[in-house]
Amino acid sequence: MAGERRIVVRVNGVSYDGVVEPRKLLVDFIRENLGLTGTHVGCEHGVCGSCTILLDGEAVRSCLMFAVQADGAELLTVEGLAEGRQLHPIQEAFVEEHGLQCGFCTPGILMSAYELLQHDPNPSDETIKDVLGGHLCRCTGYQDIVESIRLAAMKMGTLAAHSAKAYVT
Amino acid sequence: MKPAPFEYLAPASVAEAVAALDQGGDEAKVLAGGQSLVPLLNLRLARPTHLIDINRVREMDYIRDADGGLAIGALTRQRTVERSDAVRARCPLLQEAVRFIGHPQIRNRGTVGGSLAYADPAAELPAVMVALDAELRIAGPKGERTVAAQDFFVSFLTTALEPGELLVEARLPAWPANTGWCFLELSRRRGDFALVGVAVTLTLDESRAEFKGGRIVFTGVEGRPARGRSAEQMLVGSRPSDALIEQIGLEAAAGLDPASDVHASGKYRRAVAGELVRRALRVALERARRGDAITT
Repeated sequence: MAGERRIVVRVNGVSYDGVVEPRKLLVDFIRENLGLTGTHVGCEHGVCGSCTILLDGEAVRSCLMFAVQADGAELLTVEGLAEGRQLHPIQEAFVEEHGLQCGFCTPGILMSAYELLQHDPNPSDETIKDVLGGHLCRCTGYQDIVESIRLAAMKMGTLAAHSAKAYVT
Repeated sequence: MKPAPFEYLAPASVAEAVAALDQGGDEAKVLAGGQSLVPLLNLRLARPTHLIDINRVREMDYIRDADGGLAIGALTRQRTVERSDAVRARCPLLQEAVRFIGHPQIRNRGTVGGSLAYADPAAELPAVMVALDAELRIAGPKGERTVAAQDFFVSFLTTALEPGELLVEARLPAWPANTGWCFLELSRRRGDFALVGVAVTLTLDESRAEFKGGRIVFTGVEGRPARGRSAEQMLVGSRPSDALIEQIGLEAAAGLDPASDVHASGKYRRAVAGELVRRALRVALERARRGDAITT
């Protein structure tokens, strides 16, 4: 097809080759070309947050980027959080605090929470809510999500304190 | 929906970007953070023939000292500004305002130049640039030129950028002594577009007993940032008091004639504008009195 480009993207530590039209959205590349359907498409105009991934360590809305822009980048998607059957502490916290119901918004929120806790290991509720402002959830009413992220911070703080085996993601 | 097809160019320098814009012609669009543009493409409200992706023009991503003030490259991410010690120290109004832009995920990609060039009538940064008397540097096929912020914002989504031109830098003057600041906006939810916002600076004289001057610039009330000049005049040589601040708020609002839309009536916007000015002046005055001990 006219204008197609070859790109190389590292996702969750694995390198992928792709050939894409420039207009192919990053979220669609992740889901369709790479088969990583944990990242969701919600609004396609940057308000719902369900497409959120980490690009070079930063939470971004992958529906607002083109795959060609991710050439050479390092991505982390929700599939990259757990290690085999071992859930990431953030995921454990969401299980324990009932931070999801249908789960559609959840992957995006997990990625934003992940970025938050990298920068701010002990966020205030205000900060957590600020981050959640970029995500829409129709099921939970958000309160359990706030508590899940609070618990996640505690879990990760505990892990860091007992850093004999620091949790590496 | 998905975007319509376009030609894609990814220049690596300002010169290449200007050449690419020229190559792309009338229907070419610059892609920076993409937080405003890509939604338009996804909804097919915009169908550029060429997309000039400037995210690899690293030479436009910087925050530098400039004669005691700051020079900020157009590609600088809003998040970088939010976290910058230099901005905190030298231009606290900008840092306060940038925190109101959308959400963290938006600020990770959104750029200073992008927000200015897009010129949304409710955006924060245009009002801040006018309040700071910033100068905006533009590169184009005929070379570089500088435009005062006041003149850069022409109207609703319209700036002084000519076809083929690229905004490359915002230059902020040195922060004047004894000057406080405040940026406030009202939106229905945190991170929503502002219904009304105001950028205020307030300078005291050396004795700190009198106002020397200030800036009151609104966003969300017109197609472009609106300066409350008559209200600003009341800040020259007057003595701070609650009554005066009350008067200035009324004067600032009286000069506005905001449109009504689905989000708010003009009357409501005007009322909110007045109240925001009052609150912002009180905060700015407190900060001016504290002098250089800048805390958030």
